[in-house]
Amino acid sequence: MGRLTMPTSPVRLKSCRNPFVVVTYGAETAEYATLVLEPPDRLRFSADRLRLVIQLEGVTKHYPRSNRPSVEDVNVFIDKGEFVFFIGPTGAGKSTMIKLLLREEVPDKGKISVGDIDVTRLRRWKVPAYRRSIGCVFQDFRLLPNRTAAENVAFALEVIGKPRSVARRVVPEVLELVGLGGKEHRYPHELSGGEQQRVAVARAFVNRPLLLLADEPTGNLDPDTSIEIMRLLDRISRTGTTILMVTHDSNIVNQMRRRVIEIENGQIVRDQARGVYG
Amino acid sequence: MRAKYVMSEVFLGLWRNISMTVAMIITMAVSLTMLGAGLLLYNQVDVIEDYYQTNLEVVVYLQRDISEERTAQLESELKASPYVETVQYESKEKAYERFQETFKDTPDLVKSVDAEVLPSAFRIKMKNIDDADKLIAEFQDAEGVYQVTNQREILQQVFDILGGAQRLTLIVALVQGVAALMLVANTIQVAAYSRRREVAIMKLVGAPNWFVQAPFVLEAVFAGVIGAIFAFATLIAAKFLVIDGQFENLFSLMPPISMQSILILLPILVGVSAFISAVTAWITLRFNIKV
Repeated sequence: MGRLTMPTSPVRLKSCRNPFVVVTYGAETAEYATLVLEPPDRLRFSADRLRLVIQLEGVTKHYPRSNRPSVEDVNVFIDKGEFVFFIGPTGAGKSTMIKLLLREEVPDKGKISVGDIDVTRLRRWKVPAYRRSIGCVFQDFRLLPNRTAAENVAFALEVIGKPRSVARRVVPEVLELVGLGGKEHRYPHELSGGEQQRVAVARAFVNRPLLLLADEPTGNLDPDTSIEIMRLLDRISRTGTTILMVTHDSNIVNQMRRRVIEIENGQIVRDQARGVYG
Repeated sequence: MRAKYVMSEVFLGLWRNISMTVAMIITMAVSLTMLGAGLLLYNQVDVIEDYYQTNLEVVVYLQRDISEERTAQLESELKASPYVETVQYESKEKAYERFQETFKDTPDLVKSVDAEVLPSAFRIKMKNIDDADKLIAEFQDAEGVYQVTNQREILQQVFDILGGAQRLTLIVALVQGVAALMLVANTIQVAAYSRRREVAIMKLVGAPNWFVQAPFVLEAVFAGVIGAIFAFATLIAAKFLVIDGQFENLFSLMPPISMQSILILLPILVGVSAFISAVTAWITLRFNIKV
């Protein structure tokens, strides 16, 4: 437990960039820390933090002909290896943000960069290659029902042209990593919800993406299973993968004490390091 | 691996939607048969023209009561004409022989015609058949001439019939072709819908667009190729059963449609069909599967 109370200096190094950042101190978070797995190794982290993974500058997206939630002048900067929660009421624009990051939608105004790529200027035919640097996990798992766990993960490699030998080597490894060793040949309907979500996480992670987007990954899971999935995501974030997670689960947010970005009516109303659901 | 995956998806897609696949192949086959027949007729007009070009004659029919002097005079005048290659005199008797020969299958007709009725004539081979009109104008009203005919004008009627048939087949081919393409578009939409899960996941993990679209496009191409092969088989069957079989006599008037000109249709039909199907599928996908 001693390690959990470690940070005694402001955690946010770049707080100046965002007016909403609330500087919090690690010591105060101890009471929430019962679930927090292992705190990040701060030395390694600060080196990685030199690199921004996500930059949203003045991003605006309206849907004039439908009532899909719009996004208004959003500015977000996320570092490599950060774990960020997106919270906010339904229809606030969280999913629109995910769509914009996946380049399913193009913003009306503003600039989106992920890694070295300027997503707003990305040509259509380059979109598939861009998406390979992003892993995705959804509430409904999105597995292929007629393929086993291993085949589902291998599918992600197959369709981007990785040779079969790579899949044979990598898929068991990553399934082991997500805790599904021994269940490689089960079909999705033979797995529990939590196990299916592990398969989805394995598939998202198998290409070692720079960024992992999780849209309510625990939305269909019971609290205990949710915690297991969060443990898994936390482990993945420790490999240097940036994780952006949309959630409505206040327990998870409060227990994890990571950066929280709250959206309401398409605008960021709070951006807080080590935040709570509020 | 990827090729195997794509192929299995293609056949699975066609099988899952088998009634539509069959409808697509049948309409395509009909359309392509008509297209093939149209192309054959087009080719045939050229063949017939070539065939007759050297044999076409201008015939100067003489009045029945023409004197021998006038006949000789006309002959020398014709020979002096710059358009004329050779002149051959055909007496009434010879004309009757030829008449008997031509209509030997219908003795009643031969019997009903008196040898005296047929006019004597000059059969003229032209240097260039295109100059026939000038020659006709020159001799039409000459003394002792009954009528001047250009065989090419008779042949023109055959060409008109062939041209009409050709237009008809091409119109049917076009209408059926439009129906076939609509069926292709529809089939692709159904296939894209039934595979939307796979497609969504493929796009999510960053599969290249061609890879997402390949199974659908190949499905259409496959159906197109099968349709073309059916059309080709139909044309071959038509040659053996209709042209060389039952209606042999009808077609013996013109040069036969050669096997070679039918064989060359196979690559043409397959190519046209595969290309148009692929383009249709691809355009359909652009509306159905957005990046």
